[in-house]
Amino acid sequence: MNDMSRVERAVEIKQTKMECRDCHVYYGDTHAIKNVNVDIEDKTVTAFIGPSGCGKSTFLRCLNRMNDTIAGARVEGSFMLDGEDIYDKRVDPVQLRAKVGMVFQKPNPFPKSIYDNVAYGPRIHGLARNRAEMDEIVEKALRRGAIWDEVKDRLDAPGTGLSGGQQQRLCIARAIATEPEVLLMDEPCSALDPIATAQVEELIDELRQNYSVVIVTHSMQQAARVSQKTAFFHLGQLVEFGETGQIFTNPEDPRTESYITGRIG
Amino acid sequence: MTDLTPDAAPGRRHGGSLLTLDARTRRRNRAEARFRAYGIGAILIGLLMLVVLVVTIVSRGTGAYTQTFVTLDVELLENKLDKKGTRDIEAIKKVSTFGYTPLINAAFETAAQKAGIETALKPKDQAAILSKSAAAQLRDYVLADPSRIGQTVSFRFLANSRVDGYLKGRVTRESIANDKSISAEQLDFVDQLIAAGMIRKTFNLDFILGSDASDQRPEAAGMGVSMVGSLFMMLVVLVLALPIGVAASIYLEEFAPKNWLTDVIEVNISNLAAVPSIVFGILGLAVFINYMHLPMSAPLVGGLVLTLMTLPTIIISTRASLKSVPPSIRDAALGVGASKMQAVFHHVLPLAAPGILTGTIIGLAQALGETAPLLLIGMVGFIASNPPDGIAAGLLSPNSAMPAQIYEWAKRADPAFYERAWGGIIILLVFLVTMNTLAVILRRRFERRW
Repeated sequence: MNDMSRVERAVEIKQTKMECRDCHVYYGDTHAIKNVNVDIEDKTVTAFIGPSGCGKSTFLRCLNRMNDTIAGARVEGSFMLDGEDIYDKRVDPVQLRAKVGMVFQKPNPFPKSIYDNVAYGPRIHGLARNRAEMDEIVEKALRRGAIWDEVKDRLDAPGTGLSGGQQQRLCIARAIATEPEVLLMDEPCSALDPIATAQVEELIDELRQNYSVVIVTHSMQQAARVSQKTAFFHLGQLVEFGETGQIFTNPEDPRTESYITGRIG
Repeated sequence: MTDLTPDAAPGRRHGGSLLTLDARTRRRNRAEARFRAYGIGAILIGLLMLVVLVVTIVSRGTGAYTQTFVTLDVELLENKLDKKGTRDIEAIKKVSTFGYTPLINAAFETAAQKAGIETALKPKDQAAILSKSAAAQLRDYVLADPSRIGQTVSFRFLANSRVDGYLKGRVTRESIANDKSISAEQLDFVDQLIAAGMIRKTFNLDFILGSDASDQRPEAAGMGVSMVGSLFMMLVVLVLALPIGVAASIYLEEFAPKNWLTDVIEVNISNLAAVPSIVFGILGLAVFINYMHLPMSAPLVGGLVLTLMTLPTIIISTRASLKSVPPSIRDAALGVGASKMQAVFHHVLPLAAPGILTGTIIGLAQALGETAPLLLIGMVGFIASNPPDGIAAGLLSPNSAMPAQIYEWAKRADPAFYERAWGGIIILLVFLVTMNTLAVILRRRFERRW
């Protein structure tokens, strides 16, 4: 843990973007998430850490209702986005996912051109009225995804032909092209090499200007580097949630301390 | 952090030189060599079977593509065909094939004289080397253009199947000893006509394009009409089975809740794929013909029955190719806010399309070669109709199908039909090989792109 430099930065008081209370998730008979309460702040990077199978990805997927697609998954509790319950019967998950975008563990560009990858979201949401507007949206998203300079000359090339790190940044660009308010990232760097990881982390720090970012990670260094808030999950429970600096330097719970010092997990 | 210390490791250490094989390794290598030999043996046996199959089919079937023809100068006498000389088509139609027979007999007489052929045969017996449809052939020719009446035309008649067999080596002077339909004198006469260049064996397009003929005229039988029947059936199968099968698979694979009901449906679809085709045939007979009163022997009914048979194949292959699309693609689409249907139709289906097409083509090829269900709905038997005119007639008028036609020929008595059955098999196989090749090309062309 020699990379704690960013931990010391000041954390301003921010508006709460998502408020999760008494959350339980069941996969069939398995109780995967037990009574989790988390507040996700606007314009903040929140990291979920914890050993494998502790439920952090499951909880992340609850935040944009991706668990709806898993047969047998049941979600209880209240998930409020700007004061609205995202599990309300009137909420269409499709509309929700336009507001809460997601980046996955494995880079998963569509087997289409780079341009079409980014343009797909805006297209189905009708964000562009004409080709020129779409070009603009695509360029902006690719610039924010910090990949524009690398791909601007080959927008018609297939997205699957890029390197792993480029693919992941393309996926991030694709996710932000629909102008989400919250960006969920499920271990976005686990398939990337250290250089690509550094690029993506830098990007996450930039994205914080505009979005609230929630990132699941196995790397505690990564959580320490990029996040302002950290939640530690263990066996489906939220053990500790607080300022990243505090979690890493002065954890309250002995389990947190054991995990971050490498004794469990 | 293992509990085992090096000393506690069981078993002997490998001693000795790396340059000599120990007994265990030798045994393993021998087993591997044996297995390779079995594999190569199995492939060789398979190849041998294939070679035997192809050689047999080609050697027996190619004969059907050539046919013996007798070319004669026929004088189309006006006083026989159009007594009033009005060229009125209705009046000419009243002259039956019996009216044409004397013209053919006369043609033989003059031809024999011209070529200087000495024969004891009467002109009537000379003309017996022609097909029984010779007079009808000539009549059709005249009816097509009545202005030919009065002229002398050079006409190519079909020789009968015995003469055809004589030229192909199937019929010999020994084999006709008990054959009443041809005599040794007639064969002598045939030899003389061959020498005079009037009998020739040439490529027979009518075998590919023509219609079936009655038991007495194997030389006139062709595959064409049954090919059209097969084509219409495949049309019905494609139009019904592809959309129904793909829709069912997409729903089952992507949308249906996973519960006991969908499990039951899934198991039953797999079971349907294993149901013998004759069961579908009797089902078609009971439902489509007896209950719904659709016409017997119609390609529409055949197509419906084959649709039932092909559906499970298409559903299973479509579901397999939908399953092979990685879930990350669905997640990606849902993650940017696509609805389930958009995710499926924009991303999953295009990626699964080559697999779906391949499965469909294989299913169609299977249906094309299917005979058993057609027996039960009456698409087998002598159907000497002309090619149907129009789509409705093609679907509803009685017809046969390629494999049923082959079966029909194979069970007739005359060995000339046997040759045609083999010839028909070549056409059927050409279709099947083409379709399967297309499936392979499609699969290669659109190989997975993720």
